[in-house]
Amino acid sequence: MTRLLSPHPIWALLGILFFALNIAAFLIWYERRLLALWQDRYGPNRVGPFGLLQPLADAVKMFFKEDWVPPFADRWPFIGAPAIVAATVLLGFAVVPFTSGIVITDLDIGLLFFLAMSSLGVYSVVIGGWASNNKYALLGGMRAAAQMLSYEVFMGLAVMGTVILAGSFSLGDIVAAQQRTIWYVVPQFLGFVLFLIAGAAETRRLPFDLPEAESELVAGFHSEYSGMKFGLFFVGEYLGVTLISCLITVLFLGGWGGPGLPGLVWFLIKMFGFISFFILLRAALPRPRFDQLMAWGWKLMLPLALANLLVTGAVVLAVH
Amino acid sequence: MLSILRTIWDVFLHAFHKRVTIQYPEQKAYLAARYRGRIILARDPDGGERCVACYLCAAACPVDCIALEATEDPTGRRYPAWFRINFSRCIYCGFCEEACPTYAIQLTPDTEMSEYRRQDMVYEKEDLLVAGPGKYPGYNFWRVAGVQIGGKDKGEAEREDPPVDLRSLLP
Repeated sequence: MTRLLSPHPIWALLGILFFALNIAAFLIWYERRLLALWQDRYGPNRVGPFGLLQPLADAVKMFFKEDWVPPFADRWPFIGAPAIVAATVLLGFAVVPFTSGIVITDLDIGLLFFLAMSSLGVYSVVIGGWASNNKYALLGGMRAAAQMLSYEVFMGLAVMGTVILAGSFSLGDIVAAQQRTIWYVVPQFLGFVLFLIAGAAETRRLPFDLPEAESELVAGFHSEYSGMKFGLFFVGEYLGVTLISCLITVLFLGGWGGPGLPGLVWFLIKMFGFISFFILLRAALPRPRFDQLMAWGWKLMLPLALANLLVTGAVVLAVH
Repeated sequence: MLSILRTIWDVFLHAFHKRVTIQYPEQKAYLAARYRGRIILARDPDGGERCVACYLCAAACPVDCIALEATEDPTGRRYPAWFRINFSRCIYCGFCEEACPTYAIQLTPDTEMSEYRRQDMVYEKEDLLVAGPGKYPGYNFWRVAGVQIGGKDKGEAEREDPPVDLRSLLP
């Protein structure tokens, strides 16, 4: 039992890789079912029990699509771009502590590593949009770059409150500190909300999907992509949602902590709660205009994050 | 801000609403009696063909999917020798039904007519003819028309006066 709960890092790595990729595939089905639930429909319920084999059918379909590189595209960056998004997000999973034992590497600067990896993900979108040599793809890529830059800033600032409270950048230490005191969603509620919004923007999920706004930009940065290259962007997005949900769980909801059930179960419950919330956001909210998005980021979110950081720091200083 | 939260909550509450989806092959949607679906050729109450092969349906058809050829039986009653509707062209507009002077051609609430071979979408007269009178049960064109056919002479139709004897001086 103890070996199962704290496996060798290699097994943890393989397990997390397997888990993350399967969750990403499963989310295709899960998102469609949940969206249908909130739109008074059923969603895919024909392939297998409850339609659970739908991702398999989708994958088979995607493999049979023509894998086409446009003759006007910049060939190698075009092919490489989808791999970057999946790779950076998967690297981000390296620092996530699922339970006290199941973690690939608990870096001292785990949180910074995560922020770095989620920033690197924007290269995929920008390179993909640029290499497509298509005006809509380019516009999508530019929007992605601007959006990620402005939301990255207060995303980092929003979590600094938890770092101040825990006194460490290590995600394992942050969870341990929460188990000693209280889940940080209570003292850091503002930071929690800011991080939630920034997370949705960071993963380019609706309502922040301006880089691929289909009503204006065809499909934005992946207009020219087809077959499994498009699928990789798709998987990257779902992996991103999973990663952000993991991070919110770790930073604000005490990670694997919870009464009764095993830690991993608690972690998954919290994680799926946030994934479902992101899908609910998609079902409920319309997409803002681009200038509104920018104004929100710089004029509302950033000052709020700074104020949150200032007050948290002052309170912590006063208590000590 | 509050309106955003309320929107999210309202959308969440939709999880408990009734589904609008009709699970098609198991459940079927209700089609009104006058739904414009598969075309049929109706018969008189006494079982004869209503169609008099006047070509008005073929003329009215905007996609030219109706073809037929008129003929006459020995007693003078007109009917189509063959009648063909290409349902892969038909747009189910119902103009043929409107044009028909004898209520012979009618559209029915049936849409389940998919085929694997395109040729099977072409319906011949024996596929189109049905046993009953369709939407107009009491109507019999030949019984109200003042045309002489076998078994019904001039002046024998419903509400028709007997023909005037031109050679008689009597009123």
